[in-house]
Amino acid sequence: MQGPDIPRLFAVIMERGVPAALQITFFGLGLGLLAGLSLALMRVYGTAPMRTFAELYEKTLRGIPVLVLIYIFTFGVPGLFWFVDPLSRPIVGAYVALGIRSAAYQSQIFRGAILSVGEGQVLAARSLGMTNFQAQVYIVLPQAFKIALPAWSNEYAVVIKDSSFASDVGVFEILKVSLNITASDPRLWLPAMLVVTLIYFIFTYPVTRYFGKKGGGMAQVGREIVWQ
Amino acid sequence: MSDIVLRVEDVWKSFGDLQVLRGISFDVAESEVKVIFGPSGSGKSTLLRCINYLDPPDKGEIYLRGKRLGDPDTDINKIRSRIGFVFQHFNLFAHLKAIDNVAIGPEKVLGLSKEEARERAMRALKHVKMDKWADHYPAQLSGGQQQRVGIARALAMETDVILFDEPTSALDPELIGEVLQTMLDIAKEGTTMVVVTHEMGFARSVADEMIFIDGGVIVERGTPHHFFTSPESERVQQFLHKLDELYGQTRDERRTIAERDQE
Ligand SMILES: Nc1ncnc2c1ncn2[C@@H]1O[C@H](COP(=O)(O)OP(=O)(O)OP(=O)(O)O)[C@@H](O)[C@H]1O
Ligand SMILES: [Mg+2]
Repeated sequence: MQGPDIPRLFAVIMERGVPAALQITFFGLGLGLLAGLSLALMRVYGTAPMRTFAELYEKTLRGIPVLVLIYIFTFGVPGLFWFVDPLSRPIVGAYVALGIRSAAYQSQIFRGAILSVGEGQVLAARSLGMTNFQAQVYIVLPQAFKIALPAWSNEYAVVIKDSSFASDVGVFEILKVSLNITASDPRLWLPAMLVVTLIYFIFTYPVTRYFGKKGGGMAQVGREIVWQ
Repeated sequence: MSDIVLRVEDVWKSFGDLQVLRGISFDVAESEVKVIFGPSGSGKSTLLRCINYLDPPDKGEIYLRGKRLGDPDTDINKIRSRIGFVFQHFNLFAHLKAIDNVAIGPEKVLGLSKEEARERAMRALKHVKMDKWADHYPAQLSGGQQQRVGIARALAMETDVILFDEPTSALDPELIGEVLQTMLDIAKEGTTMVVVTHEMGFARSVADEMIFIDGGVIVERGTPHHFFTSPESERVQQFLHKLDELYGQTRDERRTIAERDQE
């Protein structure tokens, strides 16, 4: 009897599982960025109803387990993504679910970052004659993005890990692919899980390590830190 | 009449129950330097923010060269680009080099080309003797240098008037002189200025009129000569006396800078 072929396991999971995981992460983070930034701007500069809406959104979305959200957007509302190919619906459901959830956390990250830019610079921009929009685009957001980088790279690590929940709705991402391998040979359970761990580590640690030290050293907002 | 640059007419402002400004009126003529002073909390900063409509007055009018601010058919951003503002805490844009701090207004607000804006910014930096520091970020500059960049940022917009809100009060004493010198220079070149300051040496050498504000109203106004020889109200006398006690010594040193300059 020979031992498990770890390099081959690694290669198979990388090839068949990682693309979907990265796709979910990319779209989830992207959607979360757009929605989260909008929520943050609403909370900082919005009218009272906008602020209330954003706050309610954050509270609600953070209160729902990821898996429940994924089920809602895949099987829960079957016709929701009628415009995409039926085979792709689970993965679309997964990144929408992760995206709108990540938005709730990214909102906090950007809100903190925007606030730490300081009202004085906004006043200075406005007194030059900039519109509110110009002040945001030229002055606040460039600084806020930089300040948010450490917390945001951590959010990336959270989302890529949470993409493993998509295995439950049949998306062939990292976990699902390895589960399929172990189903054919139960002796591969432990090696497969070790390889999965290694892959997540490879895709998170360098990023959080690198970006965790950049930016303005904002106090941690958003989620619990994954790596530092 | 036509040389009135700025008209402040019966301005009232409150925050909740707190009445901060209660009917302030004055005119600022072309090339005039108006100094406003008064105790902390008397509403000086609020007044300046009312003047450029960052905080619109509850009641009363502001006119810039006859144009009423807050009129539905006047673009407030356009008007604001003609009113410079220099802040107590400089408020430079932290992610931009000195040159870009100064150029961004001409480029993004006035619509100059990138090259024109940079050229103009460089001239403004030269004006405040900061051209050698053009490529430095605010964090790499001393407070006095930052404030001079703040002044250059206002100058580069070629505004009708520049408002100063205690431009030296956040500075270490040894850095105040260079900023006051810059302000004296531009005052003498004919810049129209409204300056909130407690630097009486500065007021003495360039103010055309001084206005003492307390409790949201103008308590007394007059020339520097009037204030330094025969102030009428007791509040002004007390206040000037307190300033003397607080800053007397350093003030005298600085006055020599100002007076030397006048010769
Ligand atoms: N946005 C605001 N909301 C509520 N209260 C305010 C606001 N801005 C100013 N105030 C209050 O209005 C009063 C006048 O403030 P202001 O900053 O105009 O005074 P000041 O004369 O500039 O004082 P200082 O010399 O300390 O700068 C203060 O009591 C201040 O607390
Ligand atoms: Mg003030």
